Amino acid sequence: MTVQRQDGGAIGIEVVAMTKRFGDMVALDAVDLRVRPGAVHALLGENGAGKSTLVKCVMGFYRCDEGGVIVEGHEVSLDNPKAAHALGIGMVYQHFTLVPSMTVLENLVMSRSDVPAVVDWAAERRRVAAFMADMPFSVPLDRPASRLAAGEKQKVEILKQLYLRSRFLILDEPTSVLTPQEADEMLGLLRGMAQAKRLTVLIITHKFREVLAFADDVSVLRQGRLVGGGRVAELGVDAMARMMIGDDKRAAAVINRADLAPGPKALDIRGLRAQGLDDVSFSVHGGEIVGIAGVSGNGQSELVEVLSGQSPATGGEIRVFDQPYGATRREMLRHKVGLLPEEPLRNACVGKMSVAENMAFRSFDDKGWWLDRDRIARAARGLIERYRVKTASPDAPIASLSGGNVQRAVLARELCGDVAILIAANPVFGLDFAAVADIHGQIVEARNRGVATLLVSEDLDELLDLADRILVMSNGRIVHETHRDQADRTTIGRRMAGH
Amino acid sequence: MDDMALGWWGVPLAVLAGAIRVSTPFLFVSLGECLTETGGRVNLGLEGTLVMGAMSGFGIAYLTGSPWLGVLVAGLVGAMLGAVHASLCALPRVNDIALGIAMLMLGTGLAFFLGKPLIQPEAPPLPALDLGWWSDTEQIRSALRVNALFFVGALLAPVLLWALRNTRWGLILRMVGDSAETARAIGYSPDRVRLYATAAGGFLAGVGGSFLSLSYPGSWNEGLSSGQGITAVALVIFARWNPLKCFWASLLFGGASALGPALQSVGVTQGYHLFNAAPYVLTLAIMVMTSTARGKMAGAPGELSVSR
Repeated sequence: MTVQRQDGGAIGIEVVAMTKRFGDMVALDAVDLRVRPGAVHALLGENGAGKSTLVKCVMGFYRCDEGGVIVEGHEVSLDNPKAAHALGIGMVYQHFTLVPSMTVLENLVMSRSDVPAVVDWAAERRRVAAFMADMPFSVPLDRPASRLAAGEKQKVEILKQLYLRSRFLILDEPTSVLTPQEADEMLGLLRGMAQAKRLTVLIITHKFREVLAFADDVSVLRQGRLVGGGRVAELGVDAMARMMIGDDKRAAAVINRADLAPGPKALDIRGLRAQGLDDVSFSVHGGEIVGIAGVSGNGQSELVEVLSGQSPATGGEIRVFDQPYGATRREMLRHKVGLLPEEPLRNACVGKMSVAENMAFRSFDDKGWWLDRDRIARAARGLIERYRVKTASPDAPIASLSGGNVQRAVLARELCGDVAILIAANPVFGLDFAAVADIHGQIVEARNRGVATLLVSEDLDELLDLADRILVMSNGRIVHETHRDQADRTTIGRRMAGH
Repeated sequence: MDDMALGWWGVPLAVLAGAIRVSTPFLFVSLGECLTETGGRVNLGLEGTLVMGAMSGFGIAYLTGSPWLGVLVAGLVGAMLGAVHASLCALPRVNDIALGIAMLMLGTGLAFFLGKPLIQPEAPPLPALDLGWWSDTEQIRSALRVNALFFVGALLAPVLLWALRNTRWGLILRMVGDSAETARAIGYSPDRVRLYATAAGGFLAGVGGSFLSLSYPGSWNEGLSSGQGITAVALVIFARWNPLKCFWASLLFGGASALGPALQSVGVTQGYHLFNAAPYVLTLAIMVMTSTARGKMAGAPGELSVSR
């Protein structure tokens, strides 16, 4: 290590011709990246474009095959995270790395590499409090991490990096768990610190809004290559979008919504109570997409679990076409309810069974005792074709498919036949652009056919794109309702935060 | 003095005395299991460790004449069994619960096999402290003759609680038990930390075993343990992974175990076996009471396979 770290002050990093291969797959192909000291630099790209691989090479989690990293003009070898930390490079991960049962203070102290054998908590508390006094935001020191809201956890993660005196901060999709206001506040604070030259920020994102509002520079990755970049002020959204997804796939994003008169009341929920749900009432009509917005962990998962029969309701009533509904398989078949839960591989599939078998879960027993293997295979081939599921064969285990294809396979199963009600939770989480457009297209098409759709999503943009009505959930309650024409991002965001 | 001098007052006294006497193995095993589970693993093999500790402690005390040397060796044998459990668990696709059951059978089987020649003799017992010196009632004096190991355990409980909260060692253990991923990111090896924790837990369980064979009157037989090792594992859950609560829970279970003999001593002979089952009924009742239909139990280390 030739570079000695000095305290205070942002540092710049240069990535030179970095190449990383995983077997035959080239994840990074001679990528150059220059991040100026004191800049907020956005790294833009679709899922699978190589953004995470790039920063993991910089952090020393992966060793790149070719190329190198230059920190403040010196070439350095970063072969483990500790070396990166020693240079003042820190990273905030997409999933939180706080120990849930430990308090904020304990988490901060334990993140250091020089924890004393016996910790003098009074002295540590004084030191941390003094450090916090100098920070633009604060968090309760004595609260266990498990009881912090997502936004607070993110703040602790950032504070932790600053406490460790990081001068180059990498953030991996930091705003995915925050309300729009929390995201703006957090990015604003980081930008302020960057402008004060205390910190350089490299932020991985796919949200143009954040790039435009907070980043100075941008670099765009596509399929492992640097395809463009520059000053954000000089590039427009269109230019960045073209770089990010290429020209060819742009057309797939268009969704045609038919103008429909609302159909009959399909799903009617009255005063529903369950673990995490507090007096939830709403209804969904045929030919309508009702979106449920909210920061994750505010009761949306619980709502879907009750509707799918995974957990019991403790009070209230669910009616489907004016008949009581208890989410049994029989009732789902009778009322034609389709379900696309979050993490479908875990919640709606048996991973080791074949794609064809998984696709037959709703219908395999409707003709009596004996399985008709031919019929199952035939039906599966049809669905695979129609919903463009990429699989080696209908007999491949469904767990061998990529996330987007599992999603498509389950959607195919749930939408085949004549579905009257579709319940979908985060249907495009973690999928690439083409898959997102495809699945959104299927959902809107179902709506146009008159299907009543309940769409639960943590991505507000998705709801603003697709939903006819948007409900906001906070603390297990519906706290806001708005029609798509009157939907206002700021109001919805504030309600999501519980204000 | 007449045996019935205290009459029915003998029952609470006997329960109290029993609580102190019977609780000692519970206490050591549960403190050991508490350490192991705080690190994120369950070691069900502690029942086997307990019996091995009883046998080896007795054997060493018998051969050398020093009960404290026996206690030490019992602990070391326990630590060894714990280390075996931890090293095997570190291999991929090894389940700690299934392995624990195997270790349980190995421990008891090995102890019975090696302990065959030790069934007849008597070894020097561990010293006891006379807390009843002020009384001239024989029952009270004998009830308050408390084995030295009890005090060691009673002292250990708050020390462990303090250590888990205030030492680097304790904080790393909690971190590994709650989020191995985080610990790895900071640079601690969960497998190594768990190896130490499981070995330390085994040491304590071995010491608890030596109490069984080295407290008054000091003998070894195959019926020495009646499932205290397994009960103590349940007790840790009841105590919410808190060493100090383990102490109180051990006293409670000890008292329940003493209920049958205590009632018998005052002449209640009916339902003797039923009262002897009190600790097991208590275990079941507590498990039912503390169970939740869904979700994690409060205070449960996040990495524990039973709470995930």
